[in-house]
Amino acid sequence: MKNKKTKTIKVDYLARVEGEGALYIKIKDSAVDEVRLKIFEPPRFFEAFLRDRNFKEAPDITARICGICPVAYQMSAVHAMENALGAHVNGQLRELRRLLYCGEWIESHVLHIYMLHAPDFLGYDDAIRMAKDHREIVERGLKLKKIGNQIVNLVGGREIHPINVRIGGFYKTFTKTELETLTENLKWARDAAYETVIWTSQFSFPDFERDYEFISLSHPNEYPFNEGRIISNKGLDIDASEYEDHFEEVHVEHSTALHSVLKERDAYFVGPMARYNLNFDKLPTIAQEAAREAKLGKECRNPFKSIVIRSVEVLFAFEEALRIVSEYDNPKDPFQEIQPIDGEGFGCTEAPRGMLFHRYKVNKQGKILDARIVPPTSQNQKTIENDLRAFVPKYIDLPDDKLTWQCEQAIRNYDPCISCSTHFLKLEVDRV
Amino acid sequence: MKASSILIIGVGNLYRHDDAVGLLIARRLKNLNDERLAIMEQNGDGLSLMETWKGWNYAILVDAVSSGQAPGTIHYINANEKPIPSKFFSCSTHNMGVAEAVELSRSFEQLPQYLGIFGLEGKDFSHGEGLSEEMEKGMEQAMKRICEKIESLNES
Repeated sequence: MKNKKTKTIKVDYLARVEGEGALYIKIKDSAVDEVRLKIFEPPRFFEAFLRDRNFKEAPDITARICGICPVAYQMSAVHAMENALGAHVNGQLRELRRLLYCGEWIESHVLHIYMLHAPDFLGYDDAIRMAKDHREIVERGLKLKKIGNQIVNLVGGREIHPINVRIGGFYKTFTKTELETLTENLKWARDAAYETVIWTSQFSFPDFERDYEFISLSHPNEYPFNEGRIISNKGLDIDASEYEDHFEEVHVEHSTALHSVLKERDAYFVGPMARYNLNFDKLPTIAQEAAREAKLGKECRNPFKSIVIRSVEVLFAFEEALRIVSEYDNPKDPFQEIQPIDGEGFGCTEAPRGMLFHRYKVNKQGKILDARIVPPTSQNQKTIENDLRAFVPKYIDLPDDKLTWQCEQAIRNYDPCISCSTHFLKLEVDRV
Repeated sequence: MKASSILIIGVGNLYRHDDAVGLLIARRLKNLNDERLAIMEQNGDGLSLMETWKGWNYAILVDAVSSGQAPGTIHYINANEKPIPSKFFSCSTHNMGVAEAVELSRSFEQLPQYLGIFGLEGKDFSHGEGLSEEMEKGMEQAMKRICEKIESLNES
């Protein structure tokens, strides 16, 4: 060890990502020489699978891309397909779609907050060890997640890879009484979600901020879920149909996953932090109150605080679910009949981890001619690397194990699929 | 013993060759029409497993494992006596797997009074149906041992 400021941080396998990944950081003379976040996403055969399939199959085929956010894939698929076919689903069917999405955000966010991210802040290797000292808290998390599952199970037909979503609406809708079976649990969960915001806000956060370009959907009246323009804090304001004019996916040598960048500027940031910073005013009063009590402010640029923002979004999702259930009126038909035409359509919705883009080209026989899917994971990759590039020099004097831990934590700030995998990692720090 | 006093949980994926073995054993046990048994099939998601065995006194879980030993080898672990090596079940989903579910249930004091885990060493976890020859043999052995375990629980 000639120079203590020269070292390599290496994480060989980020297992259980969508594919495989690894982390490699080389530090030379106190400066970061190289950062490589390798996510070996498998090639997206899904886009090829979709070709020549019937347009009605898109939501069920694409749902299989992810076990954590199948609803996001279904929602982006139905919106893009309806856009291609000149249809728009409104009223209670639209509300039911939002309710289903609430369920998925809750499942995904709660899992990440309680099981994957909180142990970082409380100094545990995993949630199991954390549960030994914080049993009631972990039980609260599991109960919250179960209520998210209950929503997806009811509206979607089953908990994972729901089967009730179709182009034009749903295969089956529900009576108000059926939806009201959720109400009691949702009310408990709203309180528990508020407590979650306060709990996470009391963690200690590394002092770290960057000047990000946040990108999310924006809707005139709603916190973004399934519809809106694509906006950023640096002036972007486009329709989903203009997505490919502004974004491109590029190959980088060290990763089989494509990096998505803004053509005009470069890396950007999607997900809860982006949505919150761009849409604070659209949050319901209770979520804004919790955010204020958590001393979050309307803007937050510290990605380590994403756990608090995710908690605010969980509270939003429960409040929104309660609103939808209380205002629900069983629609006359479970779906709108939509006939295929020659067309091309675009859809962007907000997956728990960030914006998810779909584009389809179809013909009047109902055949899919072309498909393109850009998941949030590939959109955040470059920003994660840039975070590590900025973070490491600032904290270079930390002991190796602590620095490596915080680098992993910095990755977990972004994405439950990556976070999930990194929690069970064997880490290696080599000084050179 | 009263009816359906032993819970059998088969874990796996029918379309990943040897990973199907837990489900296939569960189905064979179901075909015995033994009223002492309640049979459940699961995909291995830890939180669902915790919900499934919660409240049961006796439970047996069967799953394929990958620990580097000879295909068809049967690992038996009494979860009440020791932790489950997480490497056995590392090829499950994004979520918590069997090992994590056992440990979390233990922390919550929600493990069944007896939870026996039969892990069958797999050879082929690629896409497709049908077990490898080694796993077919392992399945026959495991069926015998699970039936013996059911009888010994019945007598206890």
